[in-house]
Amino acid sequence: MPFVKPYRVGWILLFVLAVLALFRPPVKVFAHEISGFVTGEVRLFQNEALFPGQSNQSASFALQPEYYHEFESGSSFTFVPFLRVDSGDQERTHFDIRELTYLWLQEDYELRVGVRKVFWGTTEVLHLIDIINQNDQVENIDTEDKLGQPMINVSFFRDWGTLDIFMMPFFRERTFQGVGGRLRSATPIDDDRVQYESAAEEWHSDWAMRYSHTFGDLDIGLSQFIGTNREPTLLNGTDSSGNAIKIPRYDQIKQTSVDASYVVGEWLWKLESLYRTGQGNENYFAWTGGFEYTFTRIFNSAIDFGVIGEWMFDTREERATTAFENDIATGLRLAINDAASTEALLGWVQDLDTSARFLFLEASRRFGDNWLLTAELRAFLNQPMEDLLFDLRDDEIMQIELAYYF
Amino acid sequence: MKIFITLFTSILLFSGLAFAETPEDKGLAIAKEDDRRDNGFQDFTANMVMLLKNRQGEESVRHIRNKTLEVEGDGDKSISIFDRPRDIKGTALLNFTHKTGTDDQWLYLPALKRVKRISSANKSGSFMGSEFAYEDVTSQEVEKYSYKWIRDEDHEGEKCFVFERYPVYKNSGYTRQVVWLDQKEYKILKIEFYDRKNAPLKTLKQSKFKQYLDKYWYPEEMHMKNHQTGKSTLLTWTKYKFKNGLKDKDFNKNSLKRAR
Repeated sequence: MPFVKPYRVGWILLFVLAVLALFRPPVKVFAHEISGFVTGEVRLFQNEALFPGQSNQSASFALQPEYYHEFESGSSFTFVPFLRVDSGDQERTHFDIRELTYLWLQEDYELRVGVRKVFWGTTEVLHLIDIINQNDQVENIDTEDKLGQPMINVSFFRDWGTLDIFMMPFFRERTFQGVGGRLRSATPIDDDRVQYESAAEEWHSDWAMRYSHTFGDLDIGLSQFIGTNREPTLLNGTDSSGNAIKIPRYDQIKQTSVDASYVVGEWLWKLESLYRTGQGNENYFAWTGGFEYTFTRIFNSAIDFGVIGEWMFDTREERATTAFENDIATGLRLAINDAASTEALLGWVQDLDTSARFLFLEASRRFGDNWLLTAELRAFLNQPMEDLLFDLRDDEIMQIELAYYF
Repeated sequence: MKIFITLFTSILLFSGLAFAETPEDKGLAIAKEDDRRDNGFQDFTANMVMLLKNRQGEESVRHIRNKTLEVEGDGDKSISIFDRPRDIKGTALLNFTHKTGTDDQWLYLPALKRVKRISSANKSGSFMGSEFAYEDVTSQEVEKYSYKWIRDEDHEGEKCFVFERYPVYKNSGYTRQVVWLDQKEYKILKIEFYDRKNAPLKTLKQSKFKQYLDKYWYPEEMHMKNHQTGKSTLLTWTKYKFKNGLKDKDFNKNSLKRAR
């Protein structure tokens, strides 16, 4: 069972070699540090699978070690490989290099070369403007798991703010659930027949620039991205035996975005907004924003209780390629503040135009010093046929994960 | 002219100390002197181990590294980096203390590579599940309280000022704190905390003081006991290092991301 596609091995090796060849470690000061986690996970689905090949439960195992080394100059080297083996979905069994970076620390700038993850944004439910990394969608559909992105990144620090420039020489394709996986579209996606707008295909050089700064209670970021869209357009096609399939096509896009957070007493206000051109033939605006309010030490206990409210909107409305084209999200966050760091987040995303709603619960608790138990529930309710989450209507999932951190 | 002004202010200051009439004046003078003695350290790094104990005696440990930068004319800047428990390894907190009003805080979540601004308006919340509140662990500035000297008394063999301080800040978890400060070295030996209803809440005892740079006295152990829950937290500080040449740029959102 080949779990790493040959062309992926190609670029992974290339980057490992390039990084090793370029940087011969100077005198070391800090000990070589190894940490990371290993985790076992069970996924249970309440309803019978809708599509052939899917099962009602699956088990999987994942490993993510991290090697870190810091030199006397403060410069450092980080390597984080990731491996998952899954019983239900062949595509979910996969390997990735999450990080393989050399950081050069200079007086007023920093240079990072290698594979990394970069996050942009402020909101909790939808990560709208976050675009540097591709989604590792087989890991989780919450878009918080990302594939490592090869890049050269220079950061400049001045009194007037931070300026980041990113050059990304290689594009990572989105991972898609296989035929055996739940949480997938009715028509399987064949990513072996991927199409690109650019003739350079995945070797197109993508660029991004970001300015960020803090003005007292206001944190603001302005970003521009020019390059291969992380979100594919799915084209209709047929495979060799004549079955319907979807073929991912990656357009060349330009995205301009702003993100901000503003603190007013116990209120935290957030905004993300973007303007994107080049995706399909409709240019569009989208935004998400809202608040987070925390009640500290409720009932005179150590418990903190937070309320989240966010609105998501996309000017393409019913033509939008997101399920969150006009939705309101409400969230309740509970932090017990006990020794086990017991936490829970309950969320409800309601479509404002239809009856569709999406519910989620994420909870975690530590056992001893090294074990973490996490439970996630996700349910897609009242999805009308035209909703992008319609195919997930019977994929109510309970996921339980036990991780050992070292 | 300049000499006259200096002389004049010195006399004023001296008389202020010597003839402090009201207990409030005396309390403030003590706090100012304490602050003056603490000034000028520039920066320090130190390691901290937090031992959490619940009523049943079950224990849990957190390892935190701390970097602090003294800021002239304002509160300190600090970064706290968590090493243990392992699942939160790399999580880091950036804090800009201000003499008055709320602090600025950012939290770095390493799994998401995300720096999140957090509201610090309510400083009474628990710091990492411990019995220390945020307002207990962030830098103590004279302006954060009003003061009242109560009495002088011997505490554990040391002659102490006993004074009360009242948080100026409306969202504080306390109505008042009673402080035992030794008169020779200005070491805080004990603080009793009273909750919003003025009921006894916690007692902090600081011990194993060591002198650094021939000037600053820092405790190696800080023990906080919560009388209402029976829980306690012991903070043990090690590896104090002063004047590391830390700068402003070591305390921003970017350095928070690569803090180790």
